[in-house]
Amino acid sequence: MSRQISLQQAVNEALAQEMERDKTVIVMGEDVAGGSGTQGEMDAWGGPLGITKGLWSKFGDRVMDTPISESAFVGAAVGAAVSGLRPVVELMFVDFMGVCFDQILNQAAKFRYMFGGKAVTPLVVRTMYGAGLRAAAQHSQCLYPMFTHVPGLKCVVPSTPYDAKGLLIQAIRDNDPVIFFEHKLLYSIRGEVPEEPYTIPFGEANFVREGSDATIVALGRMVHLASDAAQALAQEGIDCEVIDLRTTSPLDEDSVLESVEKTGRLVVVDEASPRCNIATDIAALAGQKAFASLKAPMAMVTAPHTPVPFSDVLEDQYIPDAKRVAAAVRDTMRYKA
Amino acid sequence: MKTGRVVGWLVNDGAEIVPGAELAEIETEKILGSLEASATGVLRRKVAAVDDQVPVGGLLAVIAESSISEAQIDQFIAEFQTRFVPEPDEAESTAPGCEVADVSGHSLRYLKRGEGAEAALLIHGFGGDLNNWLFNHEALADSRAVYALDLPGHGGSSKRVGDGSLQEFSQILGSFMETVGLSKAHLVGHSMGGAVALNLALARPQKVVSLALIASAAFGPEIDGEYIEGFITAGRRKELKPHLDKLFCDSKLVGRQMVEDVLKYKRTDGVELALRTLAAQFFPGGRQAVVLRERLGQLSVPTLVVWGAEDRILPSLHGKGLPENIKTEILSECGHMVQMEAATQFNRLIQSFWQAR
Repeated sequence: MSRQISLQQAVNEALAQEMERDKTVIVMGEDVAGGSGTQGEMDAWGGPLGITKGLWSKFGDRVMDTPISESAFVGAAVGAAVSGLRPVVELMFVDFMGVCFDQILNQAAKFRYMFGGKAVTPLVVRTMYGAGLRAAAQHSQCLYPMFTHVPGLKCVVPSTPYDAKGLLIQAIRDNDPVIFFEHKLLYSIRGEVPEEPYTIPFGEANFVREGSDATIVALGRMVHLASDAAQALAQEGIDCEVIDLRTTSPLDEDSVLESVEKTGRLVVVDEASPRCNIATDIAALAGQKAFASLKAPMAMVTAPHTPVPFSDVLEDQYIPDAKRVAAAVRDTMRYKA
Repeated sequence: MKTGRVVGWLVNDGAEIVPGAELAEIETEKILGSLEASATGVLRRKVAAVDDQVPVGGLLAVIAESSISEAQIDQFIAEFQTRFVPEPDEAESTAPGCEVADVSGHSLRYLKRGEGAEAALLIHGFGGDLNNWLFNHEALADSRAVYALDLPGHGGSSKRVGDGSLQEFSQILGSFMETVGLSKAHLVGHSMGGAVALNLALARPQKVVSLALIASAAFGPEIDGEYIEGFITAGRRKELKPHLDKLFCDSKLVGRQMVEDVLKYKRTDGVELALRTLAAQFFPGGRQAVVLRERLGQLSVPTLVVWGAEDRILPSLHGKGLPENIKTEILSECGHMVQMEAATQFNRLIQSFWQAR
């Protein structure tokens, strides 16, 4: 049976169910056991995001607090993964990835390839991304394009509680390193989630809405803006198809192309900064493989090429919104060659 | 399913309408189907235009006697629209009214609609769930309590199926009836659920008021084994769609939502093992291992057999040459999911079968 829970609870449930099922699954990260800063009281917070709350009480030392040294604990997790455990690491903000990038880019991503398939690295790095929390330039970035770029890594960007649970369970069971991106502003959204464990395969996009006039491709939090825009456009008689990529690597090219071939118009919504992001990648795909179907130039709705501003007013301007998505769709509808 | 889109009208204003007449094509996220009239009269007014999205329960058109004035029709429409409140969004997703019964260690989800004596119980087939009766359940429950359950390994029920044998499943069905307080009921079984219902009626006829077997398993050895294997193995939309297409005469009916719903079910832990176990018991090597045809003559309860003429999973030929105590209806232009594909006709058949008894 299913019930309504938040994305935060869905992630917690996926972790708890996989730890229950498979004793090689461990959780590591800063304050995930909740001890630090609480006079020694264990499981007090469940990490800075409250995601791991309750896990230490159930699974004890399989939930490990680490020092504030990403290069050390991500490195340790990579080593643990390649020697038989299934670590799930919580890296508080994806912005901190810089200090442990070698462990991910040169070690985890390369082992299977450089050891001739004899080594697998079943590592999951869960990390928080995205703007909107007034956390300024070093705590608000959307860095999934950088990881999508690296062969050997899988990248997951869920948009709903249902997808978060199924994709995280898939990530934990996967034998390759997976970077799992959680948007700060999505933790509280609620949705229908089955109580039982289930998986969602990587590389299968979700058709959030079917339509015939234009295709809106989005991921993560942007899926919700795309849906809002599609709903508003429906009132004007513009029938949009909304595709949620779910994973950027592997990428479900077929679903994007199938939709663009049907609608002939493509708008990609990506919260990442505009150069070499997922929007450019999807637009290039359509340009290469669905060119003959296109009735208008592809449009991209993204953040500007600038750090995330500290000012509330500017941050609100920075993040794409449903109005900009709707405007982009209208432009492609009006286009005359 | 919250709304339906009017794809096109099949009748003109002023047309004489009889019950069962096809009025319009309606597309929902579940299925594309035609809307059949339930009333007699003249089509006086189309309220919904082509391409309109109409909420479930909303007003599409007005059928009335020609003596009713235009003003009265205006007034009716105005009153309806003021009164009408579409179902809230979350109503469907949380499956209103679904309950859970603990039956011999299985947690079984079921949905009860309607009230009244001589209850009925709807039993889905292999890989199905209680939503297979989406277009039947409410209509059949207008004068009696109608239960639909998810068998072990299916839908919202627990996924353990034990040895998955016919005996075990019909025992569980009997125990389920006792748990929910049904001393006896009209049984309606589809496909593999038909075999389970049939076995219960043979073993414990005192529990069964009547038996309706819909495109039922156990009528002969033939089955589309590729369907069974493909249904179990397919993990993605593209792989699953061609198999689901086979369930219908008109495969246009298989929308993306239907494929997604089946995939959601199949991706649950334990489902693949459950389906494999059942397939090994019922359909090993692409043949039906459970065949009860020879025992149909022993049935002591009124029995109706319904088949879609174009069934691509279990051949409708299995519905022919049955003992005289059994009534058979073969519906043209219908596939295996005959209760969905010809819902109105199907509902009328079952209702009159129950009433005739």
